[in-house]
Amino acid sequence: MLELYGQNLSSRLLLGTALYPSPAIMAEAIKASGTEIVTVSLRRETSGGKAGGQFWSLVQSLGVRVLPNTAGCHSVSEAITTARMAREVFGTDWIKLEVIGNHDTLQPDVFGLVEAARILASEGFDVFPYTTDDLVVAERLLDAGCRVLMPWCAPIGSARGPQNTGALRSLRGYFPGIPLIVDAGIGRPSHAAAVMELGYDAVLLNTAVAKAGDPVTIAAAFGKAVEAGHEAYRAGLIEPRDMAVPSTPVIGMAAFS
Amino acid sequence: MKVLIRGAGVAGLTLAHELATRGAEVIVLEKREEIAGNASWQAGGMLAPWCERESAEEAVQTLGRGAADWWEEALPNQVSRNGTLVVAPARDVGELDRFGRRTSGFSQFGAGEIAALEPALAGRFGRGLFFAGEAHLDPRQALLALRDKLLGIGVRIDFGRCAASGFADIEVDCVGIADRRSELRGVRGEMLMLRTGDISLARPMRLLHPRVPIYVVPRSDNLFMVGATMIECDAAGPITARSTMELLGAAYALHPAFGEAELVETGVGVRPAFADNLPRVERDGRNIRINGFYRHGFLLAPAMARQAADIILGNRAAKEFALEPHR
Repeated sequence: MLELYGQNLSSRLLLGTALYPSPAIMAEAIKASGTEIVTVSLRRETSGGKAGGQFWSLVQSLGVRVLPNTAGCHSVSEAITTARMAREVFGTDWIKLEVIGNHDTLQPDVFGLVEAARILASEGFDVFPYTTDDLVVAERLLDAGCRVLMPWCAPIGSARGPQNTGALRSLRGYFPGIPLIVDAGIGRPSHAAAVMELGYDAVLLNTAVAKAGDPVTIAAAFGKAVEAGHEAYRAGLIEPRDMAVPSTPVIGMAAFS
Repeated sequence: MKVLIRGAGVAGLTLAHELATRGAEVIVLEKREEIAGNASWQAGGMLAPWCERESAEEAVQTLGRGAADWWEEALPNQVSRNGTLVVAPARDVGELDRFGRRTSGFSQFGAGEIAALEPALAGRFGRGLFFAGEAHLDPRQALLALRDKLLGIGVRIDFGRCAASGFADIEVDCVGIADRRSELRGVRGEMLMLRTGDISLARPMRLLHPRVPIYVVPRSDNLFMVGATMIECDAAGPITARSTMELLGAAYALHPAFGEAELVETGVGVRPAFADNLPRVERDGRNIRINGFYRHGFLLAPAMARQAADIILGNRAAKEFALEPHR
């Protein structure tokens, strides 16, 4: 059972709500994936008007927990303002904190991220920081009050899959008790299974599902891959060897020549 | 048969045309004082069922295929059948493969073919997808021409009115986002109009980008319509600085000449959409509603007008027109 800020969850897949062909397909994909947490963006989906109106109502009707994010924020103050608005609009202390440092790569500004995390944690937010795979930044985020870490495995939307498994392993090794969620860069179910096999607690996806040929089918596929990777990690994987080892015992067999 | 239509956007006027040319007596009520200003007025006017398949269901392609013919028959000389050219900046050419995997009806073009098709873009793009069967029109000219034609064939259009009773056998609501039912949501779209004589284009261009895909549609008088954002929100307020920057940045990436263009207009429309982003014709006794065109007003209004006219004039049963999402 996965526990995030005191909430127990049986699904280890989190889904974003942007970029789907239609809200109806998004809703079907969310159901098919089995996810219990969806991220929503305050900036684009709900700015002005009636707080997202029907789109927000549809998300609410799915009966999943909502994790608002500060997507598109480029400064600490912008991220904090967005987080406070999100708390009002969505009625939750959960916030996925993004402070973007580079417009092209959407790489997090880790200095601003730590600063914003500290302020938000002190205001009682449960912060889910979108960070790089840097170990020292991870330590600073935990010092700042985060109880969950969300490192990328590749740039947002790039679909490249895990780029630096060494760094991801290192994070897992250093923070055995902290929920680690791979946030960005997953392109296919095998990527999701691979990071789960490293012992990660969950995976967050959006583009890989929303922009796939059939979002509903691939959402189900991702749900299975995440589960398979997690089960594999729990079971204990064998280590690769340089030489072949027969799987059928040969000692004691009759030898013919 | 007397029919009252509420709304003089693309849905209402195409239906009025369909009914009037089949012999019905039609009145259109429009609450605005003129045609200008509704969501249809802000439209791109691309008749691009194959390109739209990239993000839309198959029904959009199926229903939209006949749109160019319908418009050409209704309004001769309004439709340009020059196709659509889809390109991507050099570092995003992978987006072309993705777009191509999700669509059909195109040819792969190289730099030479792109230059032959659109000389203004010579040397700027090494690859593109050309959708030869697509067309476009100027939505504003088309709406005004349709209004004039309707008036000429005896349709009454009352501006500044939305209520009437007792006249009609059938009443049809084509009011777009003014229909406040909870199943309908608004999807905000923002656009720009640029004017420059420095380049000319013969057809709509789509510039693919992972974050900010845009289209540029050439219009008369050196005008170019640049669109359009898609924001899950029903606010109709002015365009945001961010959207303006994104649209202008993308137009500039298509051709630097747009950097010197005059920004003559910004526009915002709220598209009415159901959860599946497909339009519906719904009947309840003598009341009919046509709504949910999302970003496909000019593309799908002819097909929906035909369906509604068939229902109204008793040619076919309403239930035959339930739109099933195809996947």
